Amino acid sequence: MVDQADELPLIIVESKRSWGFVDFRELNHYRDLLYFMVWRAIKVAYAQSIGGLAWAVVQPAMQIMVFTVIFGNLVDIGSDGVPYLLFSTVAIVPWSYMSGTMAASSSSLIGNAQMLGKVYFPRIIYPLTPIVSSLVNFGISLVLIVAVMIYYKVMPTMNMFLLPLLLVMMMMVPLAFGLWLSSLAIRYRDVAIVMGYFMRMLMYTAPILYPSTSISDEMRWWYVLNPIVGVIEGFRSALLGASPAMFIRWDSLLVSFAMLVFLVVTGAVYFRRMERLVVDVI
Amino acid sequence: MTKRTLAVENISKLYRIGVPDVSKHNASNPLLRALTKPFANFRKYRSLYSFTEAELSGAEEGPDILWALRDVSFDIHPGDVVGVVGANGAGKSTLLKVISRITPPTKGRLQVRGRVSCLLEVGTGFHGELTGRENIYMSGTILGMRKHEVDASFDDIVEFSGIGKFIDTPVKRYSSGMSVRLAFAVMAHLEPDLLIIDEVLAVGDAEFQRKCLNQMSEAGDRGRTVMFVSHNMSAVARLCKRGLFMKGGKLVQDGPIADVVYSYMTAGGSSSAERVWPDMSEAPGDDSVRLHSVTVVSEVGTPTGTIDIGHAMGIRITFDVLEPGHQLAPYITMVSDGGIDLFSSADSNRQFESAPREVGRYSCICWVPSEFLAEGTHYVRVVMRAMNRQKLAFRESDVVAFNVIDENNSGFGTAWWEGKPKGVVRPNLDWTYEYTSPDMVIEG
Repeated sequence: MVDQADELPLIIVESKRSWGFVDFRELNHYRDLLYFMVWRAIKVAYAQSIGGLAWAVVQPAMQIMVFTVIFGNLVDIGSDGVPYLLFSTVAIVPWSYMSGTMAASSSSLIGNAQMLGKVYFPRIIYPLTPIVSSLVNFGISLVLIVAVMIYYKVMPTMNMFLLPLLLVMMMMVPLAFGLWLSSLAIRYRDVAIVMGYFMRMLMYTAPILYPSTSISDEMRWWYVLNPIVGVIEGFRSALLGASPAMFIRWDSLLVSFAMLVFLVVTGAVYFRRMERLVVDVI
Repeated sequence: MTKRTLAVENISKLYRIGVPDVSKHNASNPLLRALTKPFANFRKYRSLYSFTEAELSGAEEGPDILWALRDVSFDIHPGDVVGVVGANGAGKSTLLKVISRITPPTKGRLQVRGRVSCLLEVGTGFHGELTGRENIYMSGTILGMRKHEVDASFDDIVEFSGIGKFIDTPVKRYSSGMSVRLAFAVMAHLEPDLLIIDEVLAVGDAEFQRKCLNQMSEAGDRGRTVMFVSHNMSAVARLCKRGLFMKGGKLVQDGPIADVVYSYMTAGGSSSAERVWPDMSEAPGDDSVRLHSVTVVSEVGTPTGTIDIGHAMGIRITFDVLEPGHQLAPYITMVSDGGIDLFSSADSNRQFESAPREVGRYSCICWVPSEFLAEGTHYVRVVMRAMNRQKLAFRESDVVAFNVIDENNSGFGTAWWEGKPKGVVRPNLDWTYEYTSPDMVIEG
């Protein structure tokens, strides 16, 4: 018995606030919980709706239609020589994932205040859940991209090799902002108020509705600091790489990646430091 | 030395509570205030959880500081079944939250060996849209189980809950009783190294409460390590061997459960020998009758919490009749500190039948003879029944408590007895002898 007791993990809880990173060992123990939290989020999102998962396609499709009519037809905003419908679809589908997930992840601690006060498990599971669960939606909405590409008879190019990296980066965006904003929102509810403006700002400072070629070279250094820029340009070049305007832009890709790694790492450290206070301050 | 499951070392928990804004109410310049307010707010929200050295050491007692826990230390060893008692606001819940890592201590250190499951409410993580099956997995993993562990006890959980064929029905279609049973079934099948149970679990009907208590006592019997927080003293006394008495954030007593429960019951206030409901709307009862007070009295009728075994005593029940014409029958049940119902007593003259009570205040005393109850703490349950309506007006457990002592070693007192006399009653019975001389015996 004594030997067994020796094997049990010893947890020491100290009062002092320390700087630490994600406790992967503990997270690993709770991986089944993450699985069921994701399952719950998916199931609950479409519970008792007639459309069910079809909504995952309808929502971005409506958005694409509106933007195509306004910016592609009424106001000719330009789309680097690619049909505007195609141009916007490959950007709006990943952007829908990023924006929706970012909002859900940022409000995950505040929204679960009741549960936070009743049971302990690694708090990082709260912002992680939407990042994983929204992938299902994203996967289904990929149908739109495929359909539009078939319609315009666009063949994917060798640039497709970038897709795995782009998917990772696409998930890192809501992770980075989710970690930072959810833990900031614990103390400052201003985050929830500012969230709407912040998302619109991210969207308009990224080439989602307009081509990034309309940004001057002097401005571009500032422009690429928005990590969304690299992800969106990356998706365009990976899927529509045949057109010369869509060649891989390594500058934005690398800067975005570096920015995202930086934001995720610092976000995780900040989250770790703040999660201790969550129950007392929330 | 045995390994400790839990070591709590000088834990303190401070909260910064809201104080009135004493900054100059500069009404003449609201614009300036609007501009400076965000900076003040920023400082305020930043400092919500930071304390100066002076505040931490206790040297400086700011008006906005609350010590929810103050220098609490104790150890829990495997197999301990510990009851935590204390009045509301004594720090019991905060202590549980610190141990279960929901909130960190402001000072001190905590070592936990193994897995801790803290049950602060029934059905954490339950979602109405999920089926019973899905909720079992959801709730189980939230409480720290792995999926394969839930798999292993899944059938037992379903059987224990009695949900049966509704297992694949969304929980929102369950009756509230069914979902509570299911939630509790999941909790009952946890196998943590330390199980922490808050009393709020004992919600629901009497049947369910009994089931919960049985489950907890079984957990203790199986050698599980359990911490149990409750206001139900007879339950605590029955389930636990050791007690922790919290008062004002401090741990004031750590010892055998009977001693701790007695200290708590007699620690002044309304929870001991006298209990009064000054506000009628909060008193137990209904529109026809409400309890006003219950008092333990000596044989001359004065309130007392300690009774010598050589003297009679009474339980005085005062109640207000609000509606005339009901046949109101009060009765009491005496409960030992081991949680055993000793006896019930009702007015055997059955006055209530012939004379339905008029509106007004009534006071009755149930007399308990001397040399009857054994030494120890006893609790009283008071019940009022409206016989003509077949209706329970109120039923209050552990309303009052008193301690029976043997000051003068009366009767066959403890002076020469080996340890304490056995049993829950100690009647002084007559013994008679007949003597036969040895020679008569041989001849016979």
